[in-house]
Amino acid sequence: MRRSAILPTLCVLAISVGSALGETADIAAGEKVFQQCSGCHQVGADAQHRIGPHLNGLFGRPAASHAGFRYSKSFERAGTNGLEWHADTLDAFLENPRAMASGTRMSFGGLKDDTARINLIAYLRTFSDDPANIPEADPTALAASHDIDPEILALVGDPDYGQYLSGECTTCHQASGGDDGIPSIVYWPEEDFVVVMHAYKNKQRPHPVMQMIAGRLGDEEIAALAAYFAKIED
Amino acid sequence: MTFNRRTFLGTSAAAAVLAAPMVKAAGHGKPRVVVVGGGAGGATAARYVAKDSNGEIDVMLIEPTRTYYTCFFSNLYIGGFKDIGDLGHSYGGLAAGGVNVVHDWAIGVDRDAKTVSLAGGHTVPYDKLILSPGIDFVEGAVEGWDLSAQNAMPHAYKAGSQSELLKAQVMAMPEGGTYAMVAPPNPYRCPPGPYERVSMVAHYLKANNPTAKIIVADPKPKFSKMSLFQEGWGNHYEGMVDWIGEEFGGGAVSVDPGAMTVTIDGEETKVDVCNVIPAMKAGRIAELAGVTDGNWAPVNAADMSTKADADIYVLGDASQQGDMPKSGYSANSQAKVCANAVRGALTGSKVFPAKFSNTCWSLIAANDGVKVGATYEATDEKIAKVDGFISETGETSEVRKATYEESEGWYTGITTDMLG
Repeated sequence: MRRSAILPTLCVLAISVGSALGETADIAAGEKVFQQCSGCHQVGADAQHRIGPHLNGLFGRPAASHAGFRYSKSFERAGTNGLEWHADTLDAFLENPRAMASGTRMSFGGLKDDTARINLIAYLRTFSDDPANIPEADPTALAASHDIDPEILALVGDPDYGQYLSGECTTCHQASGGDDGIPSIVYWPEEDFVVVMHAYKNKQRPHPVMQMIAGRLGDEEIAALAAYFAKIED
Repeated sequence: MTFNRRTFLGTSAAAAVLAAPMVKAAGHGKPRVVVVGGGAGGATAARYVAKDSNGEIDVMLIEPTRTYYTCFFSNLYIGGFKDIGDLGHSYGGLAAGGVNVVHDWAIGVDRDAKTVSLAGGHTVPYDKLILSPGIDFVEGAVEGWDLSAQNAMPHAYKAGSQSELLKAQVMAMPEGGTYAMVAPPNPYRCPPGPYERVSMVAHYLKANNPTAKIIVADPKPKFSKMSLFQEGWGNHYEGMVDWIGEEFGGGAVSVDPGAMTVTIDGEETKVDVCNVIPAMKAGRIAELAGVTDGNWAPVNAADMSTKADADIYVLGDASQQGDMPKSGYSANSQAKVCANAVRGALTGSKVFPAKFSNTCWSLIAANDGVKVGATYEATDEKIAKVDGFISETGETSEVRKATYEESEGWYTGITTDMLG
């Protein structure tokens, strides 16, 4: 009887940890990966804000929450909308920073190698002040890939359809590109538009209205909107 | 990313496109669309038909007022967050965008001749008629109140002079005076509107007349965003608001505009301001056109055409469409679906499947904004809700501030989307 109660728990642990930290995470390798970041970010004893904020105590902290650092508008919005740094959100952000915060000033294209990301996250995790504060339920990494299927990116949007669908956007987002209170969505590179909409659709990027609107748009519809807004004439 | 590098999957998008019959204007030149009512539904429909048809369709908008005052954000004016001028918008942008704006009242529709008669004496022909007349009040809905009493007891539920009057009355309240609201029964324009108004009046009174009281007589057992408003009233205006719902007799109300008294469930109270928001019905022209059934005009969800007449469409508050709340955002959303369908019917342009959405933002106190929203689809029976969200109680002040700032962005967005 006892065994049957324990077994399922062990299985769950094996999946969530085994695929990420337990077997594959290599903190020393993560330190090497961090060299790519260290031009802008410091971590560890005496770490200061540089071009980017210092990364001590990152886990469980809301995005854009260092009072002494000037974040991009885009990152501040992400923080207000509820983005917090955990292994899963860091994983998504490191893989494709623009998907999480379109206007981030972090000029880094993303770390596409899953193992490198897992190692880097494991390394950063050693600098959270008190690892005991990391919630048990906080997954250490996600096995899922956040990058969009190349077939979705390859879709050619129908701008006429996009024009019709855009009516749902222009109730709030001005077709002129005005951005008081609500960001501009015009003249974006189509790929950026598609990546961001899928990040809302997959609920990686927080914001209830956008998750709802993007949530029911199909791949072709997102491509159509991207095509229309990329070349909108107003 | 260029077009060439992508694989064209046009057919899958086109599969969702409905076949559009070509119905050119019968026996005359360009097809003619007449829109009655220049609010969130009508102005948007007129603008989109004109804009997207590139001159292939003659669009006339019939709207009696020269300046459109938005009902949305009019509570913020009462609370002191906006000036009346911020709410007023000209129709000049629509005229410049190719819409023939006629400032007159539509007083009749001849469905056989397909003409609309105007109070100024003209008769205008249409191929497709879009009615977006907003609301009128049900006569006798509140005992003791009629249109002749609207200066003594303003409704302020059609923005403009009524909003200014109500604000002036709130500002003139004696110290420790009483503001009463008679809230409307469902369905009515802007479900959170009365409660945002209570919040805005409370905001003004807290700063200027802190011992004043607010009584709300409500025929409903609950209301939109109720827990959010009640939390906010507790946080910001402790002890100021007395909401009397259905179970405490909030629906048994009469008023005496001469004596300035309100009687709620048999108990008479002398008040200083009485904001009577009566039960509502579709704007009168919908009834005159013969497309209403009861108080509202039933419509088909796919294109907003009326059940009564395929060439007459009803948008926004006046329509009976299903699950969408009566709001400016809803009307704007419905107008775009309708404009696409009307254009397709008249010129053969592609007609895409209907998609609707709505979000209602409300302000409870300075920088304390909340929102509720949903997406909708057209079914054979109605516009049906697909998915939705609502602000949560206990949100941080940063979130509430961001929500308010977002609502300001939306205001600029929708007024531009409506009026150009």
